[in-house]
Amino acid sequence: MASGVHTVSPLATSAQVRQSTHWTDRLAHLGIFLIALILIAFLAMPLAAILLQSFEGKDGEFAGLVNFVEYAKTPALLTSLWNSIWVSVAVTLITIPLAFGFAYALTRSCIRYKALFRGISLITILAPSLLSAISLIYWFGNQGVLKDAMKSVGITQIYGAPGIVIAECFAVFPHALMILITALSLTDARLYEAAAAMGTRASRKFFTITLPGAKYGLLSAALVTFTLVMTDFGIPKVIGGSFNVLATDVFKLVIGQQDFAKGAVVAILLLLPAALTFTVDHYVSRKQTAMLTARAVPYKPTPARGYDRVMMTYCVLLSFLMLAMLGMAIFASFVSFWPYNLTLSTRHYVLGLVDGEVAEGFVNSLKMATGTAFFGTALVFFSAYLLEKTKGANWLRSPVRMLAMLPMAVPGLVLGLGYIFFFNAADNPLNGLYHSMALLTLCTIVHFYTTGHLTAVTALKSLDGEFEAVSASLKVPWYKTFWRVTLPICTPAMVDIARYFFINAMTTISAVVFLYSPDTKVASIAILNLDEAGEIGAAAAMAVMIAGISAVATGLFMLLARWVDRCTQAWRGPR
Amino acid sequence: MTDQPYLQLRGIRKEFGAFTALSNIDLDIAKGEFVCFLGPSGCGKTTLLRIIAGLEAPTTGTISQAGRDITRNPPAERDYGIVFQSYALFPNLSVADNVAYGLVNRRTPKAQIKERIRELVKLVGLPGSEAKFPAQLSGGQQQRIALARALATSPGLLLLDEPLSALDALERVRLREEIRALQQKLGITTIMVTHDQEEALSLADRIVVMNHGVIEQVGSAMDIYREPASPFVADFVGKVNVLPGRVDGSRLNVGSFSLAPPQLLNNATAAKDVKVYLRPEDVLARSVSGSVAGFLTDDPHVFEAVIEKIDFLGSFCHVHVNSPAFAPHKLTVYLSLNFLTEQSLAVNSSLRLKLLPERLRIF
Repeated sequence: MASGVHTVSPLATSAQVRQSTHWTDRLAHLGIFLIALILIAFLAMPLAAILLQSFEGKDGEFAGLVNFVEYAKTPALLTSLWNSIWVSVAVTLITIPLAFGFAYALTRSCIRYKALFRGISLITILAPSLLSAISLIYWFGNQGVLKDAMKSVGITQIYGAPGIVIAECFAVFPHALMILITALSLTDARLYEAAAAMGTRASRKFFTITLPGAKYGLLSAALVTFTLVMTDFGIPKVIGGSFNVLATDVFKLVIGQQDFAKGAVVAILLLLPAALTFTVDHYVSRKQTAMLTARAVPYKPTPARGYDRVMMTYCVLLSFLMLAMLGMAIFASFVSFWPYNLTLSTRHYVLGLVDGEVAEGFVNSLKMATGTAFFGTALVFFSAYLLEKTKGANWLRSPVRMLAMLPMAVPGLVLGLGYIFFFNAADNPLNGLYHSMALLTLCTIVHFYTTGHLTAVTALKSLDGEFEAVSASLKVPWYKTFWRVTLPICTPAMVDIARYFFINAMTTISAVVFLYSPDTKVASIAILNLDEAGEIGAAAAMAVMIAGISAVATGLFMLLARWVDRCTQAWRGPR
Repeated sequence: MTDQPYLQLRGIRKEFGAFTALSNIDLDIAKGEFVCFLGPSGCGKTTLLRIIAGLEAPTTGTISQAGRDITRNPPAERDYGIVFQSYALFPNLSVADNVAYGLVNRRTPKAQIKERIRELVKLVGLPGSEAKFPAQLSGGQQQRIALARALATSPGLLLLDEPLSALDALERVRLREEIRALQQKLGITTIMVTHDQEEALSLADRIVVMNHGVIEQVGSAMDIYREPASPFVADFVGKVNVLPGRVDGSRLNVGSFSLAPPQLLNNATAAKDVKVYLRPEDVLARSVSGSVAGFLTDDPHVFEAVIEKIDFLGSFCHVHVNSPAFAPHKLTVYLSLNFLTEQSLAVNSSLRLKLLPERLRIF
């Protein structure tokens, strides 16, 4: 026997086998490590800075819970907490049933013009949320068109809680709607067929099949709505008047009074509901996906004249309200001098762009949105690929995955505040970034990171899991497979991610409101300043312009998607 | 050096947390051999294949290939081609680009690559399909291309992970014959994982039957079928009647029979209860009053039975019979449709059956 060399001693077999690491795998580990560093520096550290700040006394000493106690002793601040909570609850209770009805009509009836209704309901996303607040002022404000009608229902003025609640309802409607449409689309027609075969009444089907099937979606939509309202800054700033909420408090405490410690305490209060939402939602979404098997048959509604007519009326009514909101802002932005001279002119556009120097803001916004879309997509996709498709360095993967999910739980205001605390510190080597366009872009990327990450992970998970194994057996390194196979297949998903980043960067206020300098002021912030200066007409004009640019950008992204589809997806064959 | 196995596994053990997926795996595979890992899902066969491929690292144990210890080598530093159940063809690359995927990276000259692609697609029976995309091919065609891709770099070892499971029944049989022919033509050492016993029995030089992370038996198809080493193997491969019996010295009592089967010759163990495994085809049949000559009247292994139920399966039928000789246990025997028709046998017909004692397995 010549196999003497290969007989293995018992000692050798008892040792744990560790596969040696190929240099290409080391390269992947290095990539994950760099991404971890980026997320630590631009997400974990700023959040830690808030925590530290909230425990710090006046001279930077450790003060324990003193700041929290002091906060609890300030009645004005406690009122804001209460205001924030009840307004958020009210908006959630109004919006969710309305959005559910709308989503139900779009998914479970045979009405016509579904795409149109859907399009109208999603327009609001293209503009900063404060656009609806500005519109409300034109409808119901001191010189509003319907002010008297409002008074006759018993609301004395729109500024304050009524304005915030109504404006928020419009602003969060599309977010809730999208979740509910998804929830109602995920159903198995066979359940309804089985119920019908047993002679089940329509109302019983609704309560035993539809509602239980959509309950996770409803919960998720409610939580998202609550959190969005709780942490929104633009609307209460514009229409809140003397009605204080947590989000405006943070701004006043930090920018107005330079009371960083109390600002940090409020930021933590804002972080709590968002973190709770995130945890519940994460838990719930796992259950949701488990409900639907791959063999489910999609539900197809059948026409029913009376029912369809009711649904149509409902959709028309809501769409009309949404268009009235948007239309008023557009109309008012062209009116020369509200309400005395209603002739149309571009006065406010000139005023805003030239005198208000918003033109520069638009240039900055476009720079930031383009940067966010480009670098954000690259970062998000590459890191998702490394996390999902490479092997080894497992100790690094779960922390990076958690960091990638974390931004979903962090309101923009809190993130922005963390950036001040962290990057404004004199001893931070990254201090030079403060006020720079680069930091604004990075902050926006991190702020919207999670949605992009999830889109990328979903796209990657739909690929065959053995591509990398096959490549390795053929001795082709992972980065070549990434370049030749993964990237081309996933370009549609990447265009999606880029569009999401771009639109959000155009309309965001909350995170960047703490970070801009006169040189890097973006358009959405400039609108806030115009409104503060009493130039509400110009503010409306600029908000409409942002919506316009976002709409054009969406159109361009759709063209890009079609072009990319033709170039890279030919292999899918005729569809 | 011919006695040197091409692939040698020693003491392979794999743990996932507290779960032991594989233990004590020792296996030698000779050059040019076609080996099937056969077992129910969760038996560890795929894990073992992935360990050989380096896609998983064993907890302990060693692997050597062609005299080289490859235990710690990552996949890229091993020598094999692999085909997965899902084909894993790159959907955005043409057939030619898929097949050439591993060649391009080796800086092979272009003309040579083109020639090799032509040769390979011809080898797998799809000449002229170079420009197509995988989505334009049927499942069986895609799997042929995946096979061509795995063979392109002329690896020393071919690993097949349930390559036929996603195909329809006809295509499965066709491709399985092609794989066998191709393997014999190229003489490439091949390991195939399958849960389909028919596939394993018809393809493999040797079958490795696995269960619960251990190897139950290694042997040729005939060995495994005729002389299963354990009740599990007997049960898993082929159908079997299980009857209670008792062994006393070299005699076996089962039903009303007292037999002296050759496998108990020189048996010296004390009396004990056993299980007797009887394959449905290991029973000969004659009708009670048929045209075929009957058994000898004094044959001690003959017993009478009544047909209770016939499962029609085409040329063969599963016939469930009741017999006083084995009551209350029932037997299933395989009888050809021709036999049943010629002897006009139907439910409630009587027939005479004969045991073949040397075919009984006793555990």
